[in-house]
Amino acid sequence: MLLEFEKPIAELEAKLADMKDLAAISDVDVSEAVKSLEDKIKELKQETFSNLTRWQRVQLSRHADRPYTLDYINELCDEFIELHGDRNVRDDKAMIGGFGSVDGRTMMFVGQQKGRNTKQRQMRNFGMANPEGYRKALRLMRLAEKFKKPVVTFIDTPGAYPGLEAEERGQGEAIARNIQRMFRLKVPVICIIIGEGASGGALGIAIGDRVLMLENTWYSVISPESCSTILWRSRDYKEQAAEALKPTATDMLKSKLIDGIIKEPVGGAHTDLVDMTRRIKRAIFRHLDDLEELSAEDRVSERIEKFTSMGVVSGE
Amino acid sequence: MAWFRRKDKGIQTPTEAKKEAPDGLWYKTPKGHPIHIRELKNNCFVSPKDNYHFRIGSREYFEILFDDNKFRELDKDLTSADPLDFVDTKAYPDRIASSQEKTKLKDAVRSATGKMNDIPLVICCMDFEFIGGSMGSVVGEKISRAIDYCLKHKLPLLVISKSGGARMMEAGFSLMQMAKTSAKLTLLADQGIPYISLLTDPTTGGVTASFAMLGDFNIAEPGALIGFAGPRVIRETIGKSLPKGFQSAEFVLDHGFLDFIVDRRELKDRLTSLLQMLQ
Repeated sequence: MLLEFEKPIAELEAKLADMKDLAAISDVDVSEAVKSLEDKIKELKQETFSNLTRWQRVQLSRHADRPYTLDYINELCDEFIELHGDRNVRDDKAMIGGFGSVDGRTMMFVGQQKGRNTKQRQMRNFGMANPEGYRKALRLMRLAEKFKKPVVTFIDTPGAYPGLEAEERGQGEAIARNIQRMFRLKVPVICIIIGEGASGGALGIAIGDRVLMLENTWYSVISPESCSTILWRSRDYKEQAAEALKPTATDMLKSKLIDGIIKEPVGGAHTDLVDMTRRIKRAIFRHLDDLEELSAEDRVSERIEKFTSMGVVSGE
Repeated sequence: MAWFRRKDKGIQTPTEAKKEAPDGLWYKTPKGHPIHIRELKNNCFVSPKDNYHFRIGSREYFEILFDDNKFRELDKDLTSADPLDFVDTKAYPDRIASSQEKTKLKDAVRSATGKMNDIPLVICCMDFEFIGGSMGSVVGEKISRAIDYCLKHKLPLLVISKSGGARMMEAGFSLMQMAKTSAKLTLLADQGIPYISLLTDPTTGGVTASFAMLGDFNIAEPGALIGFAGPRVIRETIGKSLPKGFQSAEFVLDHGFLDFIVDRRELKDRLTSLLQMLQ
């Protein structure tokens, strides 16, 4: 599945493939033409992806081929042991987690999981966790704390599930509890927005010593579509809403609401999972090394200090 | 002979000079019971006929709770900035200005310190009239500073929530107020200072998913709508109508997320008893 702005690139790529096929069965020398077409593709890609609008980045964050939490975990880890359940209600499949070993270092991974086909999407509830998902996440993070292993969370959700049972089981309380408890985790916590970071549903696993965003993701209090519906009273203003919300990685860094951006390969994370994972791994290790220099008390107080200084007011 | 007779002939009162009963003298509960403002005021804005709790704001709550309506307001000049230059159908600063003019409030929360039955405390009270009681940087900052004040003076904290959720026009900033207020509350907990969260009609969204649900005591007014997602969103998501009483304070109590429900007329005494027991 291609996004509108990916199509011209895909067309050229198809042409290049044809050309190569042709060269393989005939004696005509097309090396020059191939070279020039390859250059043209590279140029077009560069140009397209360095001039994306905010809405286009939102689209990329939801790209059908975009890697999800488990894709990264499986690529990152030499071994991953998934752990299930919140010990209360049931196992929420929209929120996954477990211990993983990355180059011999054990860390706890927690994240929302989306599905790739209809059946999986249903099972994963489109990455929208219920309260038991947040409670499972917290259980696993506390387990990591107990065994002094760092926590890495992957955020990718269109929001916490707005359902009947979610309300009965205290969606608001579950998220609030996670936020508050995450401030107190004695181990290093790194949170990475890998796709969509929608509102409280994202924040419920996003209180970290470092909060990082992949280049083509968004993180805000509401999705551009819902914002459009509420403020413009129509879904048609999603592009404007995306502009107004300033939810991209660059915007969020500029607002000092996140700590860093992890660049994606040109064309987006979905074009090269291996490369993207390498970049993520580098970021995790770099920040973990810094964080492990600090004492647990210092990490906790810096974490609190960072979030409590967020906000802009006037009229002191 | 008629009982009444017009003595002066040709009385013609121009429309603008006609006297009218001022608006807002009579209120009506959803069940249709009319009640006069004077009676309402004497009754903590609760209908004596059917116990309906009218929505009130910080002015009324302060008057109900602080002894002799005496209190000192904290950070009262804090107002919204516009860090994102947010424009939808209206520019955000214009929205703020017109809300301020309409409500005579600076933003959606006021905090104050004073005494309640001689117990000193800090109360933060949200105002729904101000852009739906939405939480932006000002709400987050004022609650945080109120907590700092409690820490410094070892005072218990009462937060009265009444909010539609986060303030969209502050996007990422408003989201982080959930984190900010929750972080500050952990500091209060460390010192063993009581925090009572009173949820009133309506408390939803980001406020529910942060400080409102984090009280040592979560209490609510009867019939208040309390939830994370709003009823309309849930209805649209599940494609079914919602059961009667869904997301009411009674429902939330039943599911284990509130300690008790309190009638507003008993609020001051119940809070006092609770705080006295903790002293």
